[in-house]
This record gives sequence, C-alpha cells and structure tokens, in this order.
Amino acid sequence: MSRTIFERFSDGKSGSFIPENDCPEVGFDILFQRKTPTGLPAVGEQEVIRHYVELASMNYHIDKGMYPLGSCTMKYNPVVNEEIAGSVQFTGLHPLQDEEDVQGALELIYNLEAALCEITGMAEFSLQPVAGAHGELTGMMIARDYFRVRKENRKTVLVPDSAHGTNPASVVTCGFTPRTVPSGEDGLIDIEILGKELDDDTAVVMLTLPNTLGLFEKDIGKIVKMAHSAGALVYMDGANMNALLGIVRPGDIGIDIMHLNLHKTFSTPHGGGGPGSGPVGVVKHLTEFLPVPRVVKEGDRFGFCSDLEKTIGKVHPWYGNFNVFVKAYAYICALGASGIREVAENAIINANYLMKKISRHYDLKYPGPCMHEFVASGRNLKKYGVRTTDVAKRLLDYGIHAPTIYFPLIVEEALMIEPVETEKKETLDHFADVMEKIAGEAKDDPDLLHRAPVTTPVRRLDETAAARDPEFCWPFEKGE
Amino acid sequence: MVPEDCLYTEDHEWVYIEDEIATIGISEYAAGELGDIVYVELPDVGADVQQTDSIGTIEAVKTVAELFSPISGKVIEINDSLIDDPEIINRSPYEDGWFVKIEMNDKGELDNLLDFGKYQEFLGENH
Amino acid sequence: MSYVQNTDRDRKEMLDYIGVSSFEELLKPVAKELRIKGRLKLGPPMSEAEVVGHCSGLARRNRPASEMVSFLGAGIYDRYIPATVRYVLSRSEFYTSYTPYQAEMSQGTLQAIYEYQTMITRLTAMDAANASMYDAATSLAESILMACTIKRTDRVLVPAALSKRVRKVLESYSAGKGITIESIPWKKNGTLDLEKAEKMLSDKAAAVVLAQPNYFGLLEQAHAVSALAHENGALLIALVDPVSLALVAPPGEYDADIAVGEGQSLGIPQSFGGPLLGFMATRKQYIRKCPGRLISSTVDADGKRGYVMTLQTREQHIRREKATSNICTNEGLCALSAAVYLSTIGDDGFMEVALQSAAKSHELYRLLSGVPGVTLPFGDDFFQEFVVRFSGPAEEFLSRAKKMGVLGGVSLEKDFPELGEGSILVAVTEKRTLEDLQLFRDIAAGKEVRK
Repeated sequence: MSRTIFERFSDGKSGSFIPENDCPEVGFDILFQRKTPTGLPAVGEQEVIRHYVELASMNYHIDKGMYPLGSCTMKYNPVVNEEIAGSVQFTGLHPLQDEEDVQGALELIYNLEAALCEITGMAEFSLQPVAGAHGELTGMMIARDYFRVRKENRKTVLVPDSAHGTNPASVVTCGFTPRTVPSGEDGLIDIEILGKELDDDTAVVMLTLPNTLGLFEKDIGKIVKMAHSAGALVYMDGANMNALLGIVRPGDIGIDIMHLNLHKTFSTPHGGGGPGSGPVGVVKHLTEFLPVPRVVKEGDRFGFCSDLEKTIGKVHPWYGNFNVFVKAYAYICALGASGIREVAENAIINANYLMKKISRHYDLKYPGPCMHEFVASGRNLKKYGVRTTDVAKRLLDYGIHAPTIYFPLIVEEALMIEPVETEKKETLDHFADVMEKIAGEAKDDPDLLHRAPVTTPVRRLDETAAARDPEFCWPFEKGE
Repeated sequence: MVPEDCLYTEDHEWVYIEDEIATIGISEYAAGELGDIVYVELPDVGADVQQTDSIGTIEAVKTVAELFSPISGKVIEINDSLIDDPEIINRSPYEDGWFVKIEMNDKGELDNLLDFGKYQEFLGENH
Repeated sequence: MSYVQNTDRDRKEMLDYIGVSSFEELLKPVAKELRIKGRLKLGPPMSEAEVVGHCSGLARRNRPASEMVSFLGAGIYDRYIPATVRYVLSRSEFYTSYTPYQAEMSQGTLQAIYEYQTMITRLTAMDAANASMYDAATSLAESILMACTIKRTDRVLVPAALSKRVRKVLESYSAGKGITIESIPWKKNGTLDLEKAEKMLSDKAAAVVLAQPNYFGLLEQAHAVSALAHENGALLIALVDPVSLALVAPPGEYDADIAVGEGQSLGIPQSFGGPLLGFMATRKQYIRKCPGRLISSTVDADGKRGYVMTLQTREQHIRREKATSNICTNEGLCALSAAVYLSTIGDDGFMEVALQSAAKSHELYRLLSGVPGVTLPFGDDFFQEFVVRFSGPAEEFLSRAKKMGVLGGVSLEKDFPELGEGSILVAVTEKRTLEDLQLFRDIAAGKEVRK
C-alpha cells in the first residue's frame, strides 16, 4: 500500500512547464463557467516521480519474470522497438497532415499490412481496430454487411464453448445471436454437432485456432467446408496465432475473416491493459467491406483511399493505434521469414515440455501434444481443501505471476498455461519446480496456500467487499 | 419455513406455497456454490411471468446466475432488503433471503417441481 | 535478430523429455495438407542495427506537426508534454505488465488507474469513471449503446456539428442493435438549434448527445440542453474536451448522465491518431451498465488498503453475450499518461494550459477579424478552436501557409460543404506564441512573409 497522489506532500505550487502567456486573457460568459474545483493533486516534480516509482515497485512485469498467462502471449518486448517508436517523427504526426508529409508512416502501414497478409495468407488487412475484441467486432460487421449485400438474412453465429468471452460479446454487439457449440470429449469441435447446428440461418462459424485449450482443430478442413457449403463464413480469432507462425496460414485453409493481436503475437507491450492493436484480415471477396480509409500505393507514393463502395465505414476515427504498428513492424523486420517460424517452433516445444513436467502433479484433461499452450487442472488438490485460486496466490509468493485461472470455463479448476517462445528452458524448469512444491504444500499444509500471498505488497484482497460497496475514486474530503 | 416444506427446481430455486401465493428463493446449496453474493436484480412488482422465465440475476464476485421463475403468475412482492444487503441470501437462504412472491396462475405447474427428497436425490446424483 | 533464448541443445533435451524424436512429431494434429507450402515471403532477418536503420529511414520521410507551427486540431491537439510523463511511461514496470488480474502483484497499475479514475471523476464532476476506453469516438458509441439499454429505446439525437469521422464510428456501432441516430441541426451561430431539438424530442429518444465544445469549437448552452433532454425523458450524454473543463462547466454541473471524451490532450502524443484515450464517467445509478474495467479500493487480509478490478460480472470474460460491452484490452498506459500529466502540472498548471489555449485562440480570432477576404462565420463563444472562411479555396491558403512552415488548420470543405468554400477549422493550443498568430494573420492577409 502506498499513499495516494492526493495525500502526497504538497508545496502548494506546481512547476512552470510552458512559457508565460503573451496574449491578453479572456473571460467566458458566466453561463459557461465552471463553479466547482477541479481538485487535481498539487505536488512537486520530485514527489510525482517518487510516487510513480513507488507504484512501479509494486508491479510485476515481463522484464522481471515469466508471465505464463494462457491466451495472453506474454513474450519479451524488445527494447529497441520502444526506442524506434519513440521517435518524434512517428509520435509527432497529426492524422490530418498532407499525405506528402507522412509518406514514411503510410509506407510503414502499407508494409505492415502486406507482411501480415503474407504471414496469414489473407488477401488484405486493415490495421484500424485497436484491440482484439475491436477486431472481432469489425470482422462481425464485415460479415453482417456481406450478408446484407447478398440479401441473406442470417442471424446466428456458432461459437464453441471454449471461446474467449469477447467472441459472444462481439457477436451480440454486432446484432447477431451467438449459439454455443459444445466441445467434444477431446476438447475439439464435434463436427457431428456442428453439422446439425449449421443451417441457412448461420452467418458465421467463429472459432479460435488453436483453441483456448491449446489444441489444433484437426478437422478444421472439414469444418471450413461444412460452413461454406451451408453458405456461412468462417471467422478465426487469431489470439493464439503464435502457435501457427510459419506453419499454417489461415488464408490457405479457407478462413474468411480473422484478427490478430499485435500486442500478443507481434511482441508489442501490454501496458498494464493496453493499448493493443487488433488488425482484421479478409479473403479476396471480402476486401471491399474493410473499414476506410485504406492505404494504397501508386508508383512509389503512398496515399489514403476512402473510395470503397461496400465498406462497413469506420470503427476508429483515424487509422488505428499507429504507434503500436511501429513496434510490430520493427519486430517482423528483425525476425524475417525464418525468425517468424522459429517463434512457433519454440513456443510449441516450450509448451509441450512444460505440460509434461506439470502433469506429474496436476491433472490434464486433454493429453498432448498441445500447441503453444495447455490447460491443467487443480481439481486433484480439492481433496485437501485447496482451490486453483490458492495455487495461483501461492505462486505469487514465489515471485512468479500466476497462469490464467478458471478459464476456459469447460475445465474444472482450470490453470491455462502459455510459456511463450522467449522463455528459456531453465525458467520453465524453475516454474515447474515451484508448481511441484506448491502441490506438495497443498497436501502437507493447505493453510499455507489459503493464507497466500504473504510476500506481496498487499495480502489477499477482499474482492467481495469491493463488489458489494465499491469505491471508484479517492473522496474529496479525505486528506488533500 | 423449513427446507423440507419447499418444492425445488433443477436450477436450485425453492418455492414455498401458501394458498395462491408462491414465495421463491434459492437453495442453500446454490447460495454456497455461488459464494458471497454481492448483488441481485429483481423483477418489477406487477410483472407477469411465465414458468422458467428469467426474473432476476444473482451476482457473486466472479459469477452470475439467473433466477428462473419456477411457476407462472404475477409478481406481487419483492424482497427489497436484498438490494442493500445481498449477504442475507448467504446467511438465511430459506427465511430472510427470499426473493419474490408470485400469485400463481396454474397450480398444475407445481407437478413439474421436485419435492425435498427428490431434490436431495438430484443433488446427490449431479453434484 | 532472434529473441529466442533456447539453444539447439536445450531443444534437443526438451524434445527428449517430451518423448518425441523431432519437432515434426509435435505437429501431428496439424495435417500436412494444411501446412504452409514453402517459406514465407518475408525478408531475411535483420540485425538490430539494420532494423533501426530501416525504420529511421521511414521516420525521416515524415514531417511531424509537432515540429511545425501547427493549427491542426479536430480532435487531436499539439500540446506540451512534461518530461515526467515520458519518464514514467518508459518504466517497464508499467509498460510490460499485463492487465492486473493478479491484484496482489499489480498494485502499481491498479492504484495508478484508481487515481486516474479519481482525476477524471473530478474533472467531469461525475460520480465514477471507468479505467479507459479506446478513444472518444468509441466511448461515445458505447455510451449510446449504454443509454439505449437503460432507456430501452433505440433512438438517439446527436449534434450535426459533430466530427464526420466520429459520426461514422457511431453508425457502424449502432447499426447492429438497430439504433437510429438523428442529427440536431445548428443555428446560424453554429450552436444547437434547441427549438428543432425540442420538436425532435416529441418522439421518444434514449439520449441527447451534447458536444461541448462542438466540432466548430463553439460552446453550447449546456444547462438548457440538459434540461430539455431530461424533461423529455432522455439521458444527456456529454462529449467534452478535458482541457476545457478547467474553465468550462463540467458535465456534473449540468446533470449529464454520462460524460465521455478524448484524453489525448492529457500527455499523449498525436501519434498519427493512435493510441488515444477514451474516458467515460457516469452517475452512481448507472455504473452497473457501464462498459470496461473499473478499479475499486478495498482492504487486504490484514486490513490494509489495496485495489482490485471490480464489478467484473458486467464484463465479457464472465457475462459473455450478456456483457455490457465486448471491450477487453483498453488503453491502460494512456490512462497512466493522463494521470502523470495531471499530477505533474496540477490544478494551476492545468488552468494555465486552458487559459492560454483560450487566450491565444481568441487573440487569433481578433487578429483575423478585419482581414480582407477572411470571414468568421460564427461568434466568439468558443474554447480554443473556431471556423475561418477564406474567399478562395481552403487549399490555396493551406498550401501557402505550409510553405511558411505553418499547418494552417483543417479544411471543412469536404465534410461540411454547407459552410461554403474556403472554410477551415483552426485550433490554437498553449504551444502557439503571439508571433505564430501574427504569422498566421499575415499569411491570411496575403502578405509576403519571409520565414
């Protein structure tokens, strides 16, 4: 716990950051004037820095240690990319400058879109969506308008029960109705059930590849054919694309629409929750539906084109999270074709290695091989009165961030683990050792787990109290 | 009332019948599975509901359950005290933690419900 | 350049442990015919030096507005960013951390965002703010979806004097739910025609959107618009410029139900339009209908204060198709920028930024009145941005200005042809000097100016 910035030492005067005003002051009509105080903190610069450095010290982060969060792809964020993206020639651009003054930015967008097309086999990409869920929504809008143009009134989107929560939520935001398709015993889409669900009301089959259990849908070829012959489109949530880089191109296997997460697969930092970037790619016959403007190349000049008859319009006022593109682009340049494939290979080897190690002490519902991640279960510890959440909290005591827990919903006491390619074998060994130790503690001293964490800046937090009576802001009257 | 006097649904709602009035709540098992209940949403008084309609939501910290009406009829009273203090449901699921009272349309619907013994069997088989 | 650290020996040992003889064996579930034929057609790997060289080459082909005398605005502004913001943002404890799902290990992010929420709540004078949205346009779109859920009505009124880009985002977001968006026209003075709005409100609407200031930079009679909305059973959504709130009445003072806006002005570079920062604040009674993450204070097992994400049952990872929104990743780091920016400059500094922006824009307005061939179609009730109309095409003035190193503003000819040829939207921030304004005036007057 740290004092809030509102309780920090105040010298009553802020520094001077801009030159003195050289124009006469103006007053607004009383009708427009603010009457209440703005109540911002008034602290000196050193106090500001101390405050945020103190907060920084209470954060876990990828530069400190492994982040085995399943489906989050917490890989190393190359520091050189921050340096490149920090250039004022990128950060200082206004989005309405003349095209001739932003040729470098446009070329970067053009090149990045082309690289994403090559990596995924899709015909065209739009970088406009700023997050994965935003990409899903954009993809659903494309599907909606595609069927509208065809005068087909299809309303249903089939979503497997293992899908990310954003999938059904995006479907609904777009006006479709999601229908859940139960996974089979093997964790994969049951194509018999799918066959029964597919009909002339099905607009889209929305799936994640590999799925959230870390499994490749081995029947994907058949699934795509079935969907297409029912007149539906196939959407791929590309959150797990790290597993497929240089191995499978979604466009080659018949995927119609997909999104990528540059903040996962392409190494851009998560920033404690964002900003991200969720580009959307489509096959040839859907390119006309992409959001505008598009970046085009004529001769050796780059420009914007908004002249797209069937476009869904816009999902962002400008061109997306440009500064994130710079980092993803630098990453792809550094890796090249061979480096891209190396990512998937190492991600898959790391995951299978760790899965085998973890499976000595935790249940595995779906035996391997897995792709880039796997789902273990803490249900074997329930008999000691230990829940997966206790395992997660105990991991924090060992200085390791916990995996994704209680997701996917179809696995009891789920521990979803994604080791990513940049972690070295020794790091994985250490993680597995700690997990083993915790399984032992669960048996010998379950209370140790219930009390965890004890080494973190705060102990286990009362989420129930927060949810019953939340306090979203520091009250005005409390110490200023 | 005592749990033995109630009828149950497979969604773990209980119903206690007094004349034409059905009082509805969730079983102790359900409250325990949800954990600490932090918020409830109740239907409007006067609303007409059908058997199996969703008539409210029950929120814990990281889960949400829907309250399905075990019978058809008109909502005549809701338990306002749950709004301010949802914890009542965890403390007293069968007494103070009731949710709504419904004036029934069709007593025949009660045949679809489980008695206490059958509900216990259902819990034993499925949970 | 490769960021993989495993050696060939590591990989061999790992494959042995797994019990396979090669990586290929792990790919068994992926049928051969599904796999890529040949290699990706990307270039060969580059060394770090080559990456830097290549990207710097692209960077050099840009001419950033922040290095010129820029009067460009229309939602993105050229403001001074104190060095503390870049310093804090460069700390990898913040930028390489994930969403704070393990609260005990993420108190830094959680407390910073809690403080951000507090600052937004205070600036807007609302009850609570969320942890951030993508940008102002999507915040507004989500607030419209929220209002329609609360009011169970599918019709919303927005000002015609709204950015066309924002309007397009609203349309794509609302189409799915069958929401109709109608425009309230502006009067001769460029502000909302309240008589027309009143007539439009005789049919039920879920919300009225007030843009304060509107797209032309003009201040609206917010209290009157709010009263009109509420009298007719609609919510009031206020789309505000955060910097203006140092001087101009905040949404809470005129009883807005939801306040949204663009936080780019709060320490975030222009960055060609992204990443930005959408903020959203609302009333207590609507907080459970609000999209996005919310941070709350609470206590730990020892009774010590701490912070958690709360009311998560609204969100997609729990509520799925019944979630209040599909948003997951937000703009957390940009919210941190805003918090550091506001903490650094404080009340006085924030007031100074707003005062100078207002003073300088009004000074330019004064300098331009009386210049032959220049008209100022609307009054001077604006915050920091206003419409100027030249007698010739906008492009004629803008290209002359650029030759002098001046970005003269945003042409309105295409988006608002009704304003007539030669209309330009001019933004003046605290970064401009009197000399810049005089230069603008001289170019506008057609004077030969030497740079």
